[in-house]
Amino acid sequence: MPELLMGNEAIARGALEAGIRVATAYPGTPASEIMVTLMRFGPEAGVYTEWSVNEKVAVEIAAGAAYAGARAMASMKQMGLNVAADAIMSLAYIGVKGGLVLVVADDPGPHSSQTEQDTRLFARFAKLPVLDPSCPREAYEMTKYAFDLSETLGLPVIVRPTTRTCHACQDVALGTIPPRPPVPGFEKDPRWVIMPSLSARQHVWLNQQQLRAGEEFANSPFNEVYYNGPAGVITSGLSYYYVTEAGERLGVKLSLLKIGTPYPLPEKLVIDFLKQVERVLIVEEQEPVVEDQVIRLAWRHRLPVEIDGKHNGFLPREGEFNPDIVTGALAKFLAIQPAGTHGRPGIPPLPVRPPLLCAGCPHRGSFYAFKQAARDRKVIFTGDIGCYTLGAAPPLEAMDTCLCMGAGLGLAQGLARVQPDTRLVAFVGDSTFFHAGLPSLVNAVHQQTPIVVVVLDNETTAMTGHQPHPGLATDTHHKKIDISQVGRACGVETILTADPLNLEETLTVANQALAAPGPVLVILSHPCPQVAKPAGRYQVDQIACISCHTCIKELGCPALRPDGNGVQIAATCTGCGLCSQVCPVAAIEEVL
Amino acid sequence: MDILIAGVGGQGIILASRAIGAAALKTGLRVRTAETIGMAQREGSVVSHVRLGATTAGPLIPRGRADILLALEPAEACRYLDYLKPDGRALISTTPVVPVMASLGATPYPLEEILDYLRNNIARCYFLAAPALAGQAGSHRALNMVMLGALTNLDLPFQAETLLAAALKLLLDRVHDVNRRAFQLGKQALEV
Repeated sequence: MPELLMGNEAIARGALEAGIRVATAYPGTPASEIMVTLMRFGPEAGVYTEWSVNEKVAVEIAAGAAYAGARAMASMKQMGLNVAADAIMSLAYIGVKGGLVLVVADDPGPHSSQTEQDTRLFARFAKLPVLDPSCPREAYEMTKYAFDLSETLGLPVIVRPTTRTCHACQDVALGTIPPRPPVPGFEKDPRWVIMPSLSARQHVWLNQQQLRAGEEFANSPFNEVYYNGPAGVITSGLSYYYVTEAGERLGVKLSLLKIGTPYPLPEKLVIDFLKQVERVLIVEEQEPVVEDQVIRLAWRHRLPVEIDGKHNGFLPREGEFNPDIVTGALAKFLAIQPAGTHGRPGIPPLPVRPPLLCAGCPHRGSFYAFKQAARDRKVIFTGDIGCYTLGAAPPLEAMDTCLCMGAGLGLAQGLARVQPDTRLVAFVGDSTFFHAGLPSLVNAVHQQTPIVVVVLDNETTAMTGHQPHPGLATDTHHKKIDISQVGRACGVETILTADPLNLEETLTVANQALAAPGPVLVILSHPCPQVAKPAGRYQVDQIACISCHTCIKELGCPALRPDGNGVQIAATCTGCGLCSQVCPVAAIEEVL
Repeated sequence: MDILIAGVGGQGIILASRAIGAAALKTGLRVRTAETIGMAQREGSVVSHVRLGATTAGPLIPRGRADILLALEPAEACRYLDYLKPDGRALISTTPVVPVMASLGATPYPLEEILDYLRNNIARCYFLAAPALAGQAGSHRALNMVMLGALTNLDLPFQAETLLAAALKLLLDRVHDVNRRAFQLGKQALEV
């Protein structure tokens, strides 16, 4: 019987069935559950798994295993690929012995990302083959195939699911997990040492491999053709399902070329298709990767086919597709009227509901204390990527910049150089500190830039689903790296610590940090309430409450709600006690 | 059958979606779901698409095509109402989750207007004070199970017992009793 698997679980399962030995990752939505699944089932199957400190390190570890002839996989989200880019670009020239698969999850929409960048375009840039799954089942099959392809070509292969494949569930019929094959072992050879003379030769080889990969893909079962009249659609990835569903809704017959291998494009397949149809609509999310290649092929082969797609506005170049967008585009392409959707007029005004810091989140105390301490000073708060990015929302509004992982520290140093009258406070999470903050901290100390680095240590990587990081030792196989010791070893002279749920203590530390000369490291530690057991609950003494709503206005805790004139504390309260510390009349007390 | 589940991050929407998917799979149906995971899960607006039986469809339900709207919060029911078929059915928890932005006065929350709108614009609309029933079962967190229990009255392509078993399989043993009670209370609350 098939199992209901999330796309990420299907990818992990595919890798296990393909015989991987090593799997590495850094958490990032929508890719995180790949490693979560591998950690659950991998060790029993003899697979080494780890959450690496960042994506570049993850890829390097996987590559090392592949150098020895073992199959290995590194998974990440699209921005993680940017971090790993340095290793990946050179790795394309060097190649691999054992199958190396990079799973890079894209996030059109974007639902949980800073960019909508298209990994297929990156694959083309890096000259690596890329597979574009249309559903969890195909992601499972493609992952297995990617290892064979990697070994056939001697190149890393990228599997690029998108959010709606990663976080979609589907019934998937599974194979068996075989025993791990023996590892051939690393063989010393000049081919592993990238020197200019070698790169010059390997670049020729790498370009030849593009043709070989295209030929391999010409026979790939992941590319499918149906001929059904002079109007054709070429589609890649998940869009395939939007196209088939739109065709059914509109009741039209179409010729269809489904591309599962967008780079290198299986040229012969595409040319044959273009010869059979009069006009094509190209339907793919994100960048016109297939469209550009099809236009080039049509021109080069002098094929008199009309090509519609993103370049002439049939489909948007930004944002996620859905069945309605694709149905509209197909209707326009075929010059027919789509079935009208019934409108429901006069919808009442709905509340905006942005994500926010959880009830009991220790970051709330950290932001509140630093905002208080900064009241009479000129301060800029540079932020970072994680749950604490939500500290930018009202009422805390304690984040003035957010760019990319670890960038808060660098931005603070740049701002400090040109705005010497302003104190710069860089907030960074514990996992992000290790991921990309550390080199920047070293820089700040070495250059003696007087920024305040605040590590918001909630003892987990919360936003992506509570993965561990080097600052934790969750079992005996891991050694905890102490953040304050790291700071000391880096040469930070002022290191301050506090529990952010103790406002008085945190406020004192914040004031000290803002007044201290030179770079300062502040570590505010309290476990994430999603992981730790609730400490209890608080309640409002309705007689003592003067209905000033200070607690609600200052903290924005979702457990605090106006109730008549007073305030009510919901059952989601975790007993952090921050509200009782800001109440001017001591009307909030612990439930005993 | 297409079911759209709407609500607020933290209400157990993913579990509800998985349970329906697993129950359908057990009955021999094909399943596709699309879930909201990541940033939006922290008190944000969350929606999950569940598609049962179709083989050519993608994971997202087109607008105006959902057979059932299962809403764990009234404003979220309103927000995703245009996914529902004109003659589709909706099962809605009437207890609002007022966002902090509304508590701060930065966004409206006209509850009565929203409930009236839902009542007047859905062909077959069923309301339930689900959090109260969850509390009665023993935990406010069992709200999703109350809704799943109630949902079994809307001609699902599988038995209520199959859905309950699938949901319990996703939960720790120590919360089974509370969740079983919540499911039954929801099921009884909607029986006519």
